[in-house]
Amino acid sequence: MIDQNELNAQMPTGFQDFWHSFRQNKGALIGTWIILIFILIAMLASLLAPHDPTKIFEGKYLVPPFWQDGSSSEFILGTDDLGRDLLSRLIYGARISVGVGFLVTVFSLIAGTLIGLLAGYRGGRTDTIIMRVMDILMALPSILLAIVVVAILGTGLFNAVVAVSIIKIPSFVRLVRASVIVEKQKDYVVASKTFGASGFRQAFINIFPNILAPLIVQSTLAFSDGILDIAALGFLGLGAQPPLPEWGTMLVSAKNFFQSASYIVTLPGVCILIVVLGFNLLGDGLRDALDPRLKK
Amino acid sequence: MIRYSLKKLALLAITFLGLSIVAFSLIRMVPGDPVLMMLGERGASPESYAEMKATLGLDQPYIKQFGLFIWHAVHGDLGNSIVSNQSVVREFFDRFPATLELSVVALLFAMMVGLPLGIIAAIKRNTFFDYAFMGVSLVGYSMPIFWWGLILILVASVNVFDLPFFGWTPVSGRISPMFEIDSVTGFLFIDVWFSKDSWAAFWDALKHVLLPAIAMGTIPLAVIARMTRSSLLEVLGEDYIRTAKAKGLSTRRVIMVHALRNAMIPIVTVIGLSFGMVIKGAILTETIFSWPGIGRWLVNSVTSLDYPVIQGGVLLIGMAIVVVNLIVDLAYLWIDPKLRDAHDRSK
Amino acid sequence: MNILEVKNLSVGFKTRHGLVHAVKDVSFEVHQGETLGIVGESGSGKSVSSLAVMGLLPSNAMVEASSLSLGRTDLLKASEKHMRMLRGGEMGMIFQDPMTSLNPSFTIGYQLMEALRYHQESLDKKQRHAKAIELLDHVGITSPEARMKAYPHQLSGGMCQRVMIAMAIAGKPQLLIADEPTTALDVTIQAQILNLLDRLRVEDKMSMILITHDIGVVAQHSDRMMVMYAGQVVETGKTTDVIQKPSHPYTQSLLDAYAYLQSEKKARGVS
Repeated sequence: MIDQNELNAQMPTGFQDFWHSFRQNKGALIGTWIILIFILIAMLASLLAPHDPTKIFEGKYLVPPFWQDGSSSEFILGTDDLGRDLLSRLIYGARISVGVGFLVTVFSLIAGTLIGLLAGYRGGRTDTIIMRVMDILMALPSILLAIVVVAILGTGLFNAVVAVSIIKIPSFVRLVRASVIVEKQKDYVVASKTFGASGFRQAFINIFPNILAPLIVQSTLAFSDGILDIAALGFLGLGAQPPLPEWGTMLVSAKNFFQSASYIVTLPGVCILIVVLGFNLLGDGLRDALDPRLKK
Repeated sequence: MIRYSLKKLALLAITFLGLSIVAFSLIRMVPGDPVLMMLGERGASPESYAEMKATLGLDQPYIKQFGLFIWHAVHGDLGNSIVSNQSVVREFFDRFPATLELSVVALLFAMMVGLPLGIIAAIKRNTFFDYAFMGVSLVGYSMPIFWWGLILILVASVNVFDLPFFGWTPVSGRISPMFEIDSVTGFLFIDVWFSKDSWAAFWDALKHVLLPAIAMGTIPLAVIARMTRSSLLEVLGEDYIRTAKAKGLSTRRVIMVHALRNAMIPIVTVIGLSFGMVIKGAILTETIFSWPGIGRWLVNSVTSLDYPVIQGGVLLIGMAIVVVNLIVDLAYLWIDPKLRDAHDRSK
Repeated sequence: MNILEVKNLSVGFKTRHGLVHAVKDVSFEVHQGETLGIVGESGSGKSVSSLAVMGLLPSNAMVEASSLSLGRTDLLKASEKHMRMLRGGEMGMIFQDPMTSLNPSFTIGYQLMEALRYHQESLDKKQRHAKAIELLDHVGITSPEARMKAYPHQLSGGMCQRVMIAMAIAGKPQLLIADEPTTALDVTIQAQILNLLDRLRVEDKMSMILITHDIGVVAQHSDRMMVMYAGQVVETGKTTDVIQKPSHPYTQSLLDAYAYLQSEKKARGVS
């Protein structure tokens, strides 16, 4: 068993190690900047956007962006097929995407942790049943399950968030459960039980330092996956509904015009790609920095 | 080995049961009355309502309904589509070859590009190639493929940038309507050889599959490339690699035979798991490229609230993926002699 | 005649913190038919020196020497292709951990025949198979034919080391480098392997470098010995001379430690 003092002494160097290798990872830093910028855009959307994202400018349909002929200084990135300002829609889209990514991560993190704790701590039949269900959930492609959940709940942004959150739960459950099983066999949990203390509480408190690192990495991945899946559902017409300026939903109507006005297809997709890339860069960097096995 | 396979088959049965429960509960979880929903605009006279309810078996108690559902499912009957009134199983198997064919081509593309990228990145570790290839892989991994499909059409088919050599790939479908191909196996790349102008038809089918396969294969490609690199790097530090070098083998042989064979074990897992990713891709890609497969079928069934199709489709697609995972597990035994022995010993 | 001649060998590794020297200005030679024992604690540079001879150091290693020659071949000037011919051909090497030194995914037979394919090109597949069985028999593996189809994890550590030896001598090398060949093995097996190496050296007319941290092994199995410390040679000479009259205090301390361990073992009744 590790002495508590020793553990405390190790903590700062652990963090320094992490920070040292994280800072040297250029990709992770770029990822962090991308995410910070998008969060800032999302928070300041109402200040940054030149127009109301749902306002229709009559007669200003498909105004091209600034690098093409016939552009207008009023609409820097042009307007869509209904005459709405594309830049404003993209800015408000950041708010939606970052928001749903956050919600999906928080929902699935909390639910997954609780279920994982239950499965790992109870063991036996509870564990078997929970893990079987998780296996089945994992066997199905995420988007398929999301489609099914949306079919039950009906279309809409909130239902899409619920659907995507549900499909992200199993990965958290597995992580937490594995740690609990290791931890609950350790002496102090057994010891505290003999004193009548709640072993569950003990395990709960003690596993967190151990799984914090993988949970953080998993959360970053859930964030990027969440954004992608929500956008995909939007694209299939099963997620956010127009006129909400969700990036995936924006592509639905845009694809009918993409020969004449390719920018209304290109730009929302580029936004999705950059945000998701940012989270994946960060996730990679965190994993390399937090996982000592991969250290050189 | 036999025992291992039996164990896996038992797991398969359990998964089937689980999937059935998921699929079965689905139609019962819909808020409101599914019968009314299904009858929809056609208006529900009390007679047609009762008739519909009886056809769907919804007038029976749940447990009996579930028993019947399983009984029918085991006998290959998952009910009929409300929209087309065709058997769901039949509709599935009519479309499944199209999806499977596209998936196989997509996975081949992913492997043919992903493996070399990963191998080169590992050998040229920390060089320009490594950074460039891994950068590209991460972009591929982050790609919203529904958008990527549109961009591919925009660049390669519509050819908005007027690039040379581009603009000859068709935008939708599996083959041009001018070719009349009888469905013998359902796999177009086989069926074309039974038709008149086989080569022309083959070439046409190939042109059609190209863009959707690239769109679908992009994420698996990235995953395979990344996995290959890290797995190979790990193996290259092993003692037996030094032994192989000490034997005087060429670098090429050391990497392609001694390192890759061991690195393949995690790579095979990833390729197996990619199948799930590919199916996920199919749902999106088929919608964009109007590919007549199960992905588009399922999305359409959700939009038209064709519950028997959703229910049966989920069950069948889930089973298809589970079966593929089983095949991947068995492939392990072939690659990893240690594992093979462990199972033989447990006999 | 000298089989191997090493003059002023230095090896450094490029790391994030600059160049780290592992071996500094080391010179030694191996005579025809003899065993040179190299003793030293881990990190003293004994393995690095021999890997430098084999040309098996990682790419961040910087090797410098005024002379490095095997027989009449100048190893410093040899092309990579030539080095490949020499490795496993003129010089063979066996390593510390036989269990991880064999490729887990291929059979013993495959790995053995692979060595033959590269260094005895005149043999066809059938002859290689026969030759491989002969080699396994030569290194004292019972029922060699059956072992050909075995995978490394199905054999014991001692057996794996015998297979490693068979592979190393497949190309009929003049020089065999044994890098801590018995460290990972049980005590009883250690003696068997060392005696096998002695026998093979005489029968196959090889020279040998025996690297170990165990001065007792060197005392019993080498003609001349060299003591290394912190990347440098502290003492060289005939084994009997060095053991009886060590001139360097470090050698003396190694001998003292060894004598102490031996007396301890005797006192506790362990041989």
